[in-house]
Amino acid sequence: MTGLQTIRIAGRALMRNKLRSFLTALGIIIGVGAVIAMVAIGDGAKAMVEQSYAAMGSNLLVIMSGTTTSGGAHGGFGSMPTLTWDDLTAIQREVPAVQYVAPQLRTNAQVITEEQNWSTSVTGTTADYFALRSWPTASGNTFGQSDIDGATKVVVMGQTVVDKLFGPSADPVGQMVRIRNIPFQVVGVLARKGQSPSGQDYDDGVFIPSTTFMTKIQGGLKKFLQGTIMASARSADATAKAQRQITGLLRERHNLPKGTDDDFSIRNLAELASAQQEGTKTLTTLLASIAAVSLLVGGVGIMNIMLVSVTERTREIGLRMAVGARRFDILTQFLVEALTLSSAGGIVGIASGLGVAHQLAAHFNWPLLVRPQIIVIAVGFSAVVGIGFGLYPARKASRLDPIEALRFE
Amino acid sequence: MGEAIVQLEGVTKVYKLGDVEVHALRGVTLTVNRGEFAAVMGSSGSGKSTLMNILGCLDKPTSGEFRLDGKPVSRLGSDGLARIRNQTLGFVFQSFNLLSRTTALENVELPLLYADVPAAERHKRAREALGRVGLADRVHHHPNQMSGGQQQRVAIARALVTNPKVILADEPTGNLDSETSIEVMTLFQDLWSAGITILLVTHEPDVAGFAGRVISMKDGRVRLDRAQQPEDARQALARAVAQREQEQAQEQSQGQAHEAPHAQESGS
Repeated sequence: MTGLQTIRIAGRALMRNKLRSFLTALGIIIGVGAVIAMVAIGDGAKAMVEQSYAAMGSNLLVIMSGTTTSGGAHGGFGSMPTLTWDDLTAIQREVPAVQYVAPQLRTNAQVITEEQNWSTSVTGTTADYFALRSWPTASGNTFGQSDIDGATKVVVMGQTVVDKLFGPSADPVGQMVRIRNIPFQVVGVLARKGQSPSGQDYDDGVFIPSTTFMTKIQGGLKKFLQGTIMASARSADATAKAQRQITGLLRERHNLPKGTDDDFSIRNLAELASAQQEGTKTLTTLLASIAAVSLLVGGVGIMNIMLVSVTERTREIGLRMAVGARRFDILTQFLVEALTLSSAGGIVGIASGLGVAHQLAAHFNWPLLVRPQIIVIAVGFSAVVGIGFGLYPARKASRLDPIEALRFE
Repeated sequence: MGEAIVQLEGVTKVYKLGDVEVHALRGVTLTVNRGEFAAVMGSSGSGKSTLMNILGCLDKPTSGEFRLDGKPVSRLGSDGLARIRNQTLGFVFQSFNLLSRTTALENVELPLLYADVPAAERHKRAREALGRVGLADRVHHHPNQMSGGQQQRVAIARALVTNPKVILADEPTGNLDSETSIEVMTLFQDLWSAGITILLVTHEPDVAGFAGRVISMKDGRVRLDRAQQPEDARQALARAVAQREQEQAQEQSQGQAHEAPHAQESGS
């Protein structure tokens, strides 16, 4: 008997019990659909995390000054200024793995226009800061080296601040605002960046030259840098190397003997990102495993129905054997039936899984990500389920004694 | 004597039912020649079903030799037996054993499917076989749309379609009324006169009367084996039809006699 005939016979046998065949396939449809949808959701969540870390800036290192202890109370990192402006310059000049370095001096202040005011974070920094955080402007320009040198009163605004002070669609470039009663000219508006992984709004802040910050907003310590240094490595792989090199350089510059603790600390944001990605990956695996269990249950459903079918069709099996069917013919006939059920269920399952994933992605505003290999795995798995769970009933059918089978009532 | 097609020599069959050994056949020696129409008779427990299963290559003898068309089949494996069943034998069962919700044509094609006959030739041969049993106009009917006699004729067409050496019929009239039984026997006699070898199992002497040879079984042995002058099924059918029509005519006239007063009442 040819393969095509076997498939036709199987198809006809399944069509005789349409509802039953559909319900049996439904187990596989749900299983495969769940796997596809769950993996797509997990991948979408992972992509979201990646996106938010990319928004923070890639390959970032944050260098903070050391701690201080007064009266037994330990201050946090940065409470004791140990980093100097010369350290910043040295990192820029002497660490090859570092691409950009920028200071980050931060305070909160009221930003005031003629009609509105808004309390937000004010960051004093240099022009490299925007390159370091890969943060383009939506309108106008960021400040340049001349603004640093001249300590000019210019400000670059985040979108949220613009929304609050000037309205959502306004372009405030060229307008004047006051920060701590000092007039600043708006020179640029940054593109919207969104939220950090912890929910902080990146766009709620304004940026002014570091020199202006020190002279006009918050008096500095001249030599020491009262804030943090942000540095970006040349590539994701180079972050660890950059961290080592910066540590070595700063220890040398601060004259720290071997065996003593660092008087600064470096945070590697890339490590943080990969930890969080690891978390979503675990979640995806968990969801997919639960879905896979339902696929297994679908397989048990197939086995159950095939066993019923073998019993019901005992006489038919006996007759087929009497007119010349070999045991192998009977085996393949029932196996192909199980396989047809499971692969038809698999195909419909893929379609419905993709549909669900699409709906959810649209609902949560996630990117729809479907890895082709997941579809291949789902199809393969449902075929394996069909063969695996169809084999026992098919073997049972092929082992029937034709005499007994013909006599079966 | 013609060419031997079925040869049994000292065939025994022992079943184990728990600890008890059941001797279903106790040494059967039998030869059936090409073109014979033999009826195997016997009460239940006589071993005729076991004999039929062995002749049908559905079962193997415990000892003894069984040659079918000159070839020893006692020692074939299950695939080899399946091949013999497919190519050398044709089965007709008491309960027809047609596939439901499957057309007559497809039912008849079934053995050819397992013989790897291409589709076009399958259709052609199945149509021919259905024509031979007088069902050329029922090709696309399903079994549940046919009478018992028609269903059995589809089953006979299915047995014929592979041009088997022997047709084995196991109580083929057991589920049919007497007139339909005789109808089916006319068909068997037609096939016989066309030269086909037929082995028929029955416990009804009337049915055995249409065969050319009667083999009586008892307690696992052949008790009687004799040739006979077969009754002509066509004549028997004509007689049965005439009798039925007479009875019907009588019933009708009686019925009319009863109805007559009512007819008058309703007319007035």
